[in-house]
Amino acid sequence: MKKTSTILAVAALMSSAAVVNAETLRWARAGDALTLDPHSQNEGPSHTMRHQMYEPLIIRDTDGNFVPTLATDWAPSADNPNVWVFNLRQGVKFHDGADFTAEDVVFSFERAKQPNSDMKELIGSIVEVRAVDDFTVEIETSGPNPILPSNLTNLFMMDKDWTEANNTVNVQDFEGGEITFATTNVNGTGAYTLVSREPDVKTVMARNENYWGIDEFPMEVSEIVYTPIQNAATRVAALLSGEVNFLQDMPVQDLARVDGSDGLMVKQAPQNRVIFFGMNLGADDIEADNIDGKNPLADVRVRKAMSMAINRDAIRQVVMRGQSEPAGMIAPPFVNGWTAEMDAESSTDVEGAKALLAEAGYGDGFSIRLDCPNDRYINDEAICQAAVGMLGQIGVTVNLDAKPKAQHFPLITDGKTDFYMLGWGVPTYDSEYVFNFLVHGRESDIGTWNGTGYDNDELDAKIKSLASNTDLDARNADIADIWRVVQDEQLYIPIHHQVLNWGMSENVGIEVDPEDQPRVKYFTMK
Amino acid sequence: MLPFIFKRVLQSVLVLLITGAIAFSMFTFVGDPIDNMLGQERTMEDVERLRAQLGLDQPVPVQYFKFLNEAAQGNFGVSYRQGREVSEIIMERAPATLELAALSAIFAVLMGIALGVFTAIRRDGFAANVIMSASLIGVSLPTFLIGILLIYLFSVELGWLPSFGRGETVKIGGWTTGFLTESGLKALILPSITLGLYQMTLIMRLVRSEMLEVLRQDYIRFARARGLSDRVINFRHALKNTMVPVITIIGLQLGAIIAFAIITETVFQWPGLGLLFINAIQFVDIPVMAAYLMMISVMFVVINLLVDILYAFIDPRLRVSAK
Repeated sequence: MKKTSTILAVAALMSSAAVVNAETLRWARAGDALTLDPHSQNEGPSHTMRHQMYEPLIIRDTDGNFVPTLATDWAPSADNPNVWVFNLRQGVKFHDGADFTAEDVVFSFERAKQPNSDMKELIGSIVEVRAVDDFTVEIETSGPNPILPSNLTNLFMMDKDWTEANNTVNVQDFEGGEITFATTNVNGTGAYTLVSREPDVKTVMARNENYWGIDEFPMEVSEIVYTPIQNAATRVAALLSGEVNFLQDMPVQDLARVDGSDGLMVKQAPQNRVIFFGMNLGADDIEADNIDGKNPLADVRVRKAMSMAINRDAIRQVVMRGQSEPAGMIAPPFVNGWTAEMDAESSTDVEGAKALLAEAGYGDGFSIRLDCPNDRYINDEAICQAAVGMLGQIGVTVNLDAKPKAQHFPLITDGKTDFYMLGWGVPTYDSEYVFNFLVHGRESDIGTWNGTGYDNDELDAKIKSLASNTDLDARNADIADIWRVVQDEQLYIPIHHQVLNWGMSENVGIEVDPEDQPRVKYFTMK
Repeated sequence: MLPFIFKRVLQSVLVLLITGAIAFSMFTFVGDPIDNMLGQERTMEDVERLRAQLGLDQPVPVQYFKFLNEAAQGNFGVSYRQGREVSEIIMERAPATLELAALSAIFAVLMGIALGVFTAIRRDGFAANVIMSASLIGVSLPTFLIGILLIYLFSVELGWLPSFGRGETVKIGGWTTGFLTESGLKALILPSITLGLYQMTLIMRLVRSEMLEVLRQDYIRFARARGLSDRVINFRHALKNTMVPVITIIGLQLGAIIAFAIITETVFQWPGLGLLFINAIQFVDIPVMAAYLMMISVMFVVINLLVDILYAFIDPRLRVSAK
C-alpha cells in the first residue's frame, strides 16, 4: 500500500514536471455542438467542436488561404481534368494510435456521401475517391471541378478500422434519434482528445501529446473546458468574473465594458456574413403592399430608390455601435469575385430616391410589409426598425413584422414573403456559392434561398457553367459579369458586413477567424 | 368517497387532454423546425424527406393523436435538436431542477417563516419596517433582474460565487447531484435565492398577517395573563395556529417553483428542465416542448387532485355537494 502511494507520488511529480505549461482554456459561447459524428450535421458550433479533435484534408487560415492539414499538397491531375490528386501527410496517427492512410480518406468520403449525412451536398460532384498508394488519393468528379478543395475544409477524416470495429460505419440517423458510438466518442487525428462530454452542459478536451503538429503549432493550451452559456448577460459576467477566459458570441452592447476591464480584451475581424434585404420582384402582384394589380418591386427604379433611401452609415453608428462595415454587394471581401468598387456602390441619396420613385410612377409612395428575424443576426430587428424610418422618408410606408428565426426563414424558403431580411456567409470563399443559392432561379436543388422570384435563364446557364469551368480567368470573368447583372438589377439591397468579436483574457493569444471557427492549436497562453 | 375520487380523476384526465390539444395547436405557430435541422445547403428533396419522416406533413390532430398514443406507452419521441430520446434527456435534466427547486423551497420556507414571525412580533420596530419595505422590492423586481444583480455583485464584483452552471457534480445511479462537492454547493446558492425569493416574500407576508391575526386572539391574551414567556406564546401557541393556511400555500407553491424555474435556469445556465424548454422553443423542438408541457400539467393536476381529495377527507360537506 505504502509502495503504491510512493510510486503514485513520484509519477505525479514527474508528470507535473513534464507538463510545463498546464494551461486551461475555459471557453464559452451561446450554443453547443449538436453531435460529435463528423458527418451528421453541417452546422457551425458542431464543426467548431470537431475541428479541435478531427481534421479535414485542408483548412483555411484567418485570411482565407488554404493550409495543408492531413493533405500536404493537392493539384488537378495532369491526365484527367475531372480528377484532383491529394498527397497525404505521413506519420499521422489517430488518437488510438492507428496510422492515418489513404484507405481512411476513401472510407471517410464514402461515409460522408451516405443519405443521412448532412455533408453530402458539399461533395455531391464527387464520383469516386481512389487510393493510389498509402499516401496518395485521387478524387474524381462528374466534370471538371475547379473549386473542389473549397468544399473539403469541414470534411473530417475518420479511422476506417475504429469506425468498423465500433459498428458506426453508418452516419448517425440524427432525426431518428439514433445514438451511435461516433456520436459520443471521438477518434480523430486532431490536436485535442475528448475527455468527457455532457451535451449542453460541458465538454472537456485534453492536448494530444502525439499530435503530428505538436512542434509546429503553439499548442499551449493543455486542457479545453467548453461550456455553452445561452444568456448574453450571464455569458459576459462569466468572462468578467474570470470563470471563462475565452468568449464567442459577444453581445455588441457589452464590448466597451469588456474591453475596458483589467486583464480582458476584445478582438474583432470582419465576419464572413453580409446582411441584406431581398425583394419579391418576380410576382405580377404582391400581397404585402397596398397597390392593386401591380408589383412596385418589379420596377428596378423602385428597388434602386429603396436602396438609396437606406443610410448605411447611420445604421453602422447608431444601431451597430460601429460594429459593421457598410456593404454594396452581397458577398464578403474575402470571397473570389468581390471588388472594392462594387462593394462601394450603395450610397444614400434621399432626394434622388424620391425622384426615381416618382419617375417609376410611385410619387405618392406605397406601403409594404417587411419580414425580419429577431434572434438570428446582430441587432437584426433594430436594423429593420431603422430601415422603416429611412424608407418612410421617401414615402414607402413599411410595416415591420419581426419574428424568431424559426418562423422567419420558412417565409423565404417557401416564397411567402415579399420583402425580407437575410444574412449570408460564403464557406467556399467563391461567388459561385452565392449565385447558386441566391441568384439562380428557384429549382428543387438550386436557388433554394432565392426569395426574389428572379429567374433569368441566360444567367442561370452561366451560373451552372461555373461549376466545371477550369479556365480560372474565363471563370472569373463570368463571375464578374454575373455580379454586374446582380448589381444593375438591384436584386438585393445590401446593408452591411457583420463584424465578429471574440472576448478573451489578456493572456490568451489568438486572431479572430472570419468563419467564427477558433482552432485551439493556434492559441498561445502567456 | 370512491365515486367522488373517480369523478375527480376523470376530470383531471380531461384537463390533461385539453391542455395537450391546446399545446399542440400552438406548435404550428412556433415555426418550422426543418430549417434549423438541415444546413443551408439542403435541397428541397431533403426538406420533404425529413418532413415526411418526422410526420410534420400530417394534420395537427393526427400529430396529436400519434403523440398521445406514443406518450401512453412512455415514448415521447426524439428531440429534434439533440437527436436523442426525449425521455432520456428529461431524466438527465430532472435532478438539476429538482435539487434547485428543493433548495429554493427550503430557503423560502425557513426564511419566510423566520422573517414573517420576526416582523409580526416586532411589528413597529425599525428592522421589521426595513424588511417589509425590502420585500416589496423583492416582489416587484423581475426574476431575471434579480439574478443578474446577484451575479453582478457576487460573481463579477466580489468573485465569491460562480455565475453559471452546476459546478462539479457526482453521479449516484442515474442521479447527478451537486450537493456533495464544494463547487456544486457554491453554484446552488445564487440560483436558489433567485428562484426562492418571490416565494419567500409571499410566505413571509402570509405568516406575518396570520400571526398578527392570531396574536390578537383572546387565548393569547389569557396566555399572557397567565405569565407565560414571550417565547412560549409566540412559538408554541401563536405560530402553530398560523401554519395551517401557510402549509396549504407552500404545497401549491412547490409546483410553481418547478414550473417557473425557467427564467432562473436561463439566467444561470442551470442545466435543468427549464433551460431545456427554452432551448426547445428556440429550436422548435416539438417533442421536447410537448413532453415538458405535459409533464408540468400532470404535476399541477396531480397536486390539485390530491388537495381536493384531502379537503374532502377533512370536510365531509364537500363530498355531499360533489354528488
